[in-house]
Amino acid sequence: MSKTLYEKIWNNHVIIEEEHKPSIIYIDLHLVHEVTSPQAFEGLRLANRKVRRPDLTVATIDHNVPTKDRFNIKDPISKQQIDALSRNCKEFGVKLYDLHDVDQGVVHVMGPELGLTHPGKTIVCGDSHTSTHGAFGALAFGIGTSEVEHVLATQCLHQAKSKTMEVRITGELKPGLTAKDIILGIIAEHGTDFATGYVIEYTGEVISNLTMEERMTICNMSIEAGARAGLIAPDETTFEYLKGREYAPTGADFEQAVQQWNELRSDEGAVYDKCIQFDAAALVPQVTWGTSPGMGTDVDKVVPDPAAFTTENERKAAEKALEYMGLAPNTKMTDIKIDRVFIGSCTNGRIEDLRAAAKVVKGYHVSSHVNAMVVPGSGRVKIQAEKEGLDKIFIDAGFEWRDAGCSMCLAMNPDYLEPGERCASTSNRNFEGRQGRDGRTHLVSPAMAASAAIKGKFVDVRNWDFL
Amino acid sequence: MEAFKQHKGLVAPVDRVNVDTDAIIPKQFLKRIERTGFGQYLFYEWRFTLDGKVKEDFSLNQNKYEGASILVSRANFGCGSSREHAPWAILDYGFKVVIAPSFADIFYNNCFKNGILPIVLSEEEVETLFQATAKQDGYALHIDLEQKIISDNAGLQIQFDLDEHRRQYLLQGLDDIALTLKYEEKIAAYEKQQPAI
Ligand code: SF4
Repeated sequence: MSKTLYEKIWNNHVIIEEEHKPSIIYIDLHLVHEVTSPQAFEGLRLANRKVRRPDLTVATIDHNVPTKDRFNIKDPISKQQIDALSRNCKEFGVKLYDLHDVDQGVVHVMGPELGLTHPGKTIVCGDSHTSTHGAFGALAFGIGTSEVEHVLATQCLHQAKSKTMEVRITGELKPGLTAKDIILGIIAEHGTDFATGYVIEYTGEVISNLTMEERMTICNMSIEAGARAGLIAPDETTFEYLKGREYAPTGADFEQAVQQWNELRSDEGAVYDKCIQFDAAALVPQVTWGTSPGMGTDVDKVVPDPAAFTTENERKAAEKALEYMGLAPNTKMTDIKIDRVFIGSCTNGRIEDLRAAAKVVKGYHVSSHVNAMVVPGSGRVKIQAEKEGLDKIFIDAGFEWRDAGCSMCLAMNPDYLEPGERCASTSNRNFEGRQGRDGRTHLVSPAMAASAAIKGKFVDVRNWDFL
Repeated sequence: MEAFKQHKGLVAPVDRVNVDTDAIIPKQFLKRIERTGFGQYLFYEWRFTLDGKVKEDFSLNQNKYEGASILVSRANFGCGSSREHAPWAILDYGFKVVIAPSFADIFYNNCFKNGILPIVLSEEEVETLFQATAKQDGYALHIDLEQKIISDNAGLQIQFDLDEHRRQYLLQGLDDIALTLKYEEKIAAYEKQQPAI
C-alpha cells in the first residue's frame, strides 16, 4: 500500500502499537537545553534511573546565554540553570556543547550544522521549534519536560499517531521573497491552529528549489500553525548538505545511507488526511501586525480594522492585539516606525539569513532612532560570517554584532525590549511580552528586517536599491 | 501521580483566544530548576502592572474567583512554547481542570502528565459557562471523569469526550516511565537491529 513519508518514518520506529492507546516509538536523537531539562534530570535522580542512551543525547546552552561578555552571567538564576545542565551532563554522561565550544548555538541551528539531523530519524527536544529538523525528512517535534525525562530514561516516547496534511506550494517565488514569507503567508491565510493534530508535509516545486536552510525556516514555524511536526522529503540538496558534516556517515556508509534515505518520500498515490495549496507566485513580503503569528499581512497593505473580522472572537482578539501593539486600524504597514531590529533565532539565524541581510545593509547606515543587532545562530555561523566579512558590513552600518544564542527571540538573557519599544524581528513569535514586557514584535524576513533597520520603518524590500 | 476521579470547584474565566504559554508563564520565570513554585507567576503580565501592582480588571484578580480550581478559556489554549512550566504554573496556582473549545497539542499532552484534566467542549458550551460565571458569583462545576460528565447546581449536564487511554491514565494516576520499562526486552531488541549509522 502507498504510504506517506510520515507513515514510513513512523512504522520504522514503532516498538509497541496497540489499539486505542498511544504507541511507544523509539527516539534516535534527543537534543537537550538548559531551560526544559533540569526537572527531568532531577526526576531521574529521584527514581534512581540512568540515561539509557547518552550516545543518542546531545546538549547545548542557548536560551539563557548573554550575547555580549558571555562568560559573565550576571543573573544568578540563569547561571544556576546553566550550571545545572553542566552538572547533569557530567553526572549522566551526556555530551554538552557549552560556552567554550565553537559548536555551541541555538539547538536547532547547531544540531543540523553538526550533521546530527539525518533523514528518517525521530528527533525530539524539550522545545517546540524542534520541528525545524523536519527539513531533512526527519520526524522531529517538541516535547514537555516529563517527556524529556521519559526519553532520557527509556529512549522511547508515548505518541499517538498524527493525521497527515500535505501543504503543496505552487508557483514561483519572486525576487525579494523568502522562505520566511512563505510560512508567514501560509499562517496568515490559514490561522495558527489549522494544523493542530497533523504532521505537515511540504511539497511542490518551490520546496524542491529551496536550500536546506530555507527549508529549515519553513519547518521551524510549522508549530506556529499548530502542527505536531513539519516534514520535507530528503533529496540531493539534503544529501549534499549532510556530506562531510561531523556526525554524518562517511565513505561507503554515506552511499548506503543515501540509498536508504532515497526511499523516504511519500509514495505515488499515498493519501493525506488533508491537503491544502498555497500559491507562492502571488506572495508579497509579509509583516505581522498583531500578537499571534497568524496576524500578518502584505507589506503593501494596511493594518486591518477589527470591525472587518467575521466572528466576535476574532474581532475581540484583533482589538486587543492592536491595543497592545499601539497601532491604529488602516495604518499603512510602511508607515509603521520601529525602534529595534533583531536578526537571529532558529528561524533566521543561519549564514544565508545573515548574507541576505548584509546584502541589503551594505553601503547604508542604520536609522538614527533604531537600535539594531545581529545574533548568529551558532558559533560556527559567526565564524563563517566573519570569514566572509559580513560582521564588518553590519558593524559599519551601525548594527551590534553579537555572540550566538537565542537572545531576543525570547529575551531570557539580557537582550530584551523595553516597554513600548517596537521591533522588526526575524524570530518566530510575536506573543505579548515575548521579546520583553510590553514590547511590540513584528515578524519579518531577514531582508525585511535589515531594510527596516536602515529606513527606521517597514519598507517593501522588493523595491530596495542595492548599492 | 495522584489519581483523578471526581472534581468539584469554582470556575474562573480567562476570556481570550489563543492564550499562549508565554502569557501563562512569562519566560523570566522559567529559570527555576524545581517543578514547584510557579503558581505565583501564572498569567503574571496580565495580573500585575509593570511596577507590580495588581490589575483589578483581570478576572483572576477579582475576589469572586478566588480559590477557583476550574479554568475556562477560548480556542487554541496553550499554544506556543512547549514549556511544561505552563501546566506546572496552572496546577501550582490551584487549577485542576481547564475547559476550552480547543487546545494546542503539546500543552494538552503536558496536562495529563501533571494530573490536570483538559476538557474540550463546543464553542457554544464554553459560551454557556462564560455566561454562567459572569452571572453568578461562586459558580461551581462538578466534573465526573468516570462518567465524563460536567454538571452544575442549576441542572446543567454536559457529556464530554476523552480518549479512553488518557481517561484511564488520569483515573489510575499512571506513571509513563514505569509503563514503558515493562517493554524493556522489546526496546533492547529494537536497538539491536539498528544499523550503526
Ligand atoms: S531561537 Fe527562539 S524559538 Fe529558537 S530555540 Fe531559541 S528561543 Fe526557541
